[in-house]
Amino acid sequence: MNRFEWTSAGAVAAAARLGPVTVAEAMATQSGAPGTAATVLKAGGIDLLDLMKEGLLTPRRIVNLRGIPELGRILEGADGSLRIGSLVTLAQIAEHPLVARRYRALAQAAGLPASPQIRNVATIGGNLLQRPHCWYFRSLHHHCLRKGGATCFAFSGENRYHAVFAHEGCAMVHPSTTAPALVALGARIELLRRDGSRRMVALESLFLTPEEDIRRENDLKPGEILAAIILPPMKPGVRSWYERQGEQDSFDWPVAEVAVVVKLDSPGICREAAVILGAAAPVPYRAKAAESALIGKPSSAGNARDAARAAVAGADPLSGNGYKLPVFEALVARAILHAANQG
Amino acid sequence: MAGNELRPMQYPVGIDPAALGEVERRVSPDEAPPLPPNARLAWIGKAVPRANGHAKVTGSALFTVDRKLPGMLHARLLRSPWPHARVLSLDLDAAARYPGVRAALPIHETVGRAVPLPPPGTSPSTPPARQVLYVGDIVAGVAAATPSAAEAALRLVHVEYQPLPFVADIEGARSGDAPHVFDGPVAGDSHAGGAGGDVPIAQQGNVRGPDRSGSRGNVREGFAQAEIVVEGEFRTQVQTHCCLETHAVVADWEADQLTVYMSTQYTVGVRDELARVFGLPLSRVRVVVDAMGGGFGSKSGAGNYVRAAVALSRQAKAPVRLVLDRREEQLDSGNRPATVQRVRVGARRDGSLSAVSVDSYGTAGVGIGAGVGNFAQSIYSCANFAIAQSDVFINAGPGSAMRGPGNTPGAFAFEQIIDELAERLAIDPLALRDRIDPSAVRRAERRIGAAHSGWSRRHAPGSDAGPVKRGRGVAQSFWGANVQTNSACEVRILRDGSVELLSSVQDIGTGIGTVLAQVVAEELGLRPGDIVVRIGDTDFPAGPPSYGSMTTASITPPARNASHQVLGKLFDAVASALGAAPENLVAVAGRIATADKSRSMSFREAATHLRTERISAVASRSDDYGGFARRFGDLASARNALGGVQFAEVSVDVHTGSVHVERIVAVHDCGRPMNPRQIESQVQGGVLMGLSYALYEERVLDRNTGHVLNADLEYYKIGRSRDVPEIEVIFLENYQGMSATDAYGIAEPANIATAPAIANAVYNAIGVRVRELPMTPAKILSALGRIPQRSGGQ
Repeated sequence: MNRFEWTSAGAVAAAARLGPVTVAEAMATQSGAPGTAATVLKAGGIDLLDLMKEGLLTPRRIVNLRGIPELGRILEGADGSLRIGSLVTLAQIAEHPLVARRYRALAQAAGLPASPQIRNVATIGGNLLQRPHCWYFRSLHHHCLRKGGATCFAFSGENRYHAVFAHEGCAMVHPSTTAPALVALGARIELLRRDGSRRMVALESLFLTPEEDIRRENDLKPGEILAAIILPPMKPGVRSWYERQGEQDSFDWPVAEVAVVVKLDSPGICREAAVILGAAAPVPYRAKAAESALIGKPSSAGNARDAARAAVAGADPLSGNGYKLPVFEALVARAILHAANQG
Repeated sequence: MAGNELRPMQYPVGIDPAALGEVERRVSPDEAPPLPPNARLAWIGKAVPRANGHAKVTGSALFTVDRKLPGMLHARLLRSPWPHARVLSLDLDAAARYPGVRAALPIHETVGRAVPLPPPGTSPSTPPARQVLYVGDIVAGVAAATPSAAEAALRLVHVEYQPLPFVADIEGARSGDAPHVFDGPVAGDSHAGGAGGDVPIAQQGNVRGPDRSGSRGNVREGFAQAEIVVEGEFRTQVQTHCCLETHAVVADWEADQLTVYMSTQYTVGVRDELARVFGLPLSRVRVVVDAMGGGFGSKSGAGNYVRAAVALSRQAKAPVRLVLDRREEQLDSGNRPATVQRVRVGARRDGSLSAVSVDSYGTAGVGIGAGVGNFAQSIYSCANFAIAQSDVFINAGPGSAMRGPGNTPGAFAFEQIIDELAERLAIDPLALRDRIDPSAVRRAERRIGAAHSGWSRRHAPGSDAGPVKRGRGVAQSFWGANVQTNSACEVRILRDGSVELLSSVQDIGTGIGTVLAQVVAEELGLRPGDIVVRIGDTDFPAGPPSYGSMTTASITPPARNASHQVLGKLFDAVASALGAAPENLVAVAGRIATADKSRSMSFREAATHLRTERISAVASRSDDYGGFARRFGDLASARNALGGVQFAEVSVDVHTGSVHVERIVAVHDCGRPMNPRQIESQVQGGVLMGLSYALYEERVLDRNTGHVLNADLEYYKIGRSRDVPEIEVIFLENYQGMSATDAYGIAEPANIATAPAIANAVYNAIGVRVRELPMTPAKILSALGRIPQRSGGQ
């Protein structure tokens, strides 16, 4: 790991004034060899330290955000919305009673990644903005497209953990386990700019496909700081569920995950649905066909199965990851039924 | 001398504590008298807490990485980024000039791998240009005042490589047009099981073999007699050792002495190896290890990295610390080779086996010995047995011994075939084994395990309704009961009554130090805490290695005999004070007493009668009283091998392919159990390692670039907390009257049976056999035929 300067920011504006760039930008300035020019922000530091230990990122200065109180709070809005500061840890989200009651898929998603030790430190902001965990991307010896190289190694290589959808150009899977639940729940995010102004966008629109930009996973602009995630008030009849399957039950990446949000009317007919797949594509992947299959129908095992089949119908698996399709199909059906059957 | 004549003595024998028999052995008078069964002992066979347990959990235990010597330098190794390349030039000048650097050397050590044989008629004086053979192959080393200076200097080493064609998968390597890993015939030591390196074996391209040694009878006739034939092809993956403590050394080359502190399974072996390599007398080399965080076969010798550290220390004239990081550990510290095995078994209707054949191809990367051990050869009665084992070279780090080398992959295949045979014969897998397994110990273990595991509730394969299906399976272990006769220790009594045991034997983490204290305390009538155990240092009498499941069997008999002998000297010193003949004294409950207990004094007071400051006795491992089955130099095998039977209970979600092991019942034997708590811990470790091998672990080598893609513990998946099943450990007391303690080992048997027991349980759950490790969701879904054909993609 390289030597670096360490600064602790007491306020967002102070951090912004130090001229930080995104991690993707810091890595993109490097042509093959790691650059050292950048100032980067540190939230929990889980991914940042990994990248530095792997020799992929060699920042000049690290600005620690952990001392900024406003980023570390969960606040309920007067309208029933919930504002989660970007530095709230996954463990805090998983244990928060309001999250558990209203946004169950998020509580489940935040309570399962990695290990308890990591969830106690990892922040929701860092979880959303972490860089891919594709093993070629993480290897110093594989100069892949996303790092400015000429090829994606996964397509003809070892791709058991890679994408089965929307992988034009790059077969990474989006690494955030909370993103599918947040997208399904209709979360918006608040971005602070260097000049102090704010930008609000739907979380779903933050993520970039490889075709949109193969060097970045999200549309965070230089100098922008993710301040908060805002969950909308929950309408009556809305319920959610998250399912995941890894090869192991703890400290493992999912091979498939799904977050489902449904709005059922009083006879139990589905009026709105969101089905978002994780570990499926370079972005949290909306299974539109599954959503359409649900709407207007009563919740039943048969309808859930039909929707699950629709969810994987358009998949394009690689040489080594076709097994993900039956896993996704099973998880989607289970998540729909669990969501619908909650009290 | 008349006093050395063998004397007949009566020893307990049997496995049923309620009905032990007796056997007469003729033993030397130097041997301690026969030891009663554990039930009648104070310390042996008792759950004595691990002596260094507190130190380990509080962080005060001294591991090799904790060694700090004055003026100590820090070394780093430069490793090849190419899977196969010629080193055209290596320039260390800039690195050597970097501030703080005290030594920079090219490193070309080849221990642990196959080495080319010189072509006939050439002189070995003109070595060909250096080639690196795998990603992670060591090229150079630097030692500097700080770790960061060493790291920085490493980046200044200039190497010009000429990349060469390489091959990174076993199938590709076997094909006729594959690039050759080696240009010509090679030789080398076999560490990983089978296909031995020291016998001349044919080699064509990347395939070296087959080695047919171990075959017997006539399998052609055997299969002709068979009424049922079962066969299958099985595949096992590369598993890495994943020691919690990575390989570490502090080498201190001084003018008159080389001292090496290292994490090793065999201090004496490393001492011998370094003395030979560096041209030093054994008396000038000292190897020391205190606390250790696992080895599992990967820390058996000095290895290339220790040789590098010693060379750097010699050059720098200062102590050099070298600690491998996790990536280096995964690339280049040994591994369990991958295998492809075709197994065929012929049987008669009554279950008796008429023929067994095993045809295996394995790859230990650039190493030799990727065989399947002696499992199929030895475990069941069968007159006709044919084996053909071949090594396939690929451009990957060399394999090495790993817990149950050969037999662990061998058992995965063979115990599944036996399970399949039982089903074809429509008899219970336990009943089939009753017919073909000659071991009375395993027969008893099957009975006990069946009762504890609820075997009678096992249902027909794949008979559960719903997506989550449960199953039960059983598998057995075969491993020799090994003994190292070059094993000695010294027991001392000092004038203040303190007692020391000294031996170079090392505690790999299994607690041999605690067991030795129990043995000495038992003999001297003291408590284990009264005994100061000094081990892990070649300045002490030569102890055995901590591999091959032989440590306890090798070192506890000398410990008891040395205690017995030194106690005799103490009796001599106090006999007159107690007014009794020395042979009429006993040591019990901290006192030396006359046999009738009429007169006694404390052990401490007795010691004050010593004529000199301290007395001592050194004893070495005698042969087993009943003789050994085999012996090669210092290594011997007891007449009776070790048993072990494991029962697995699993659930399999056939929609997601996810396998959960819910319970393992592990029934084992190790002669006389010395410390049930430590044995239980070791069996749990073996089960977890086997479970992790069965379901998760696999080194992933990129077929296109030859790089290990999961040289970390993120994507190299090893069993984690929630993957741990309920593990019930049961062990027999198996008295055989073979040595002063009658103890044998447990390490490897605890690991060998686990993966096939789980595989058989998976079959019982889903009714489809999974013949490939690890049994991931992908493999389960594939076996179930649930993965759709690909329509497009690349």
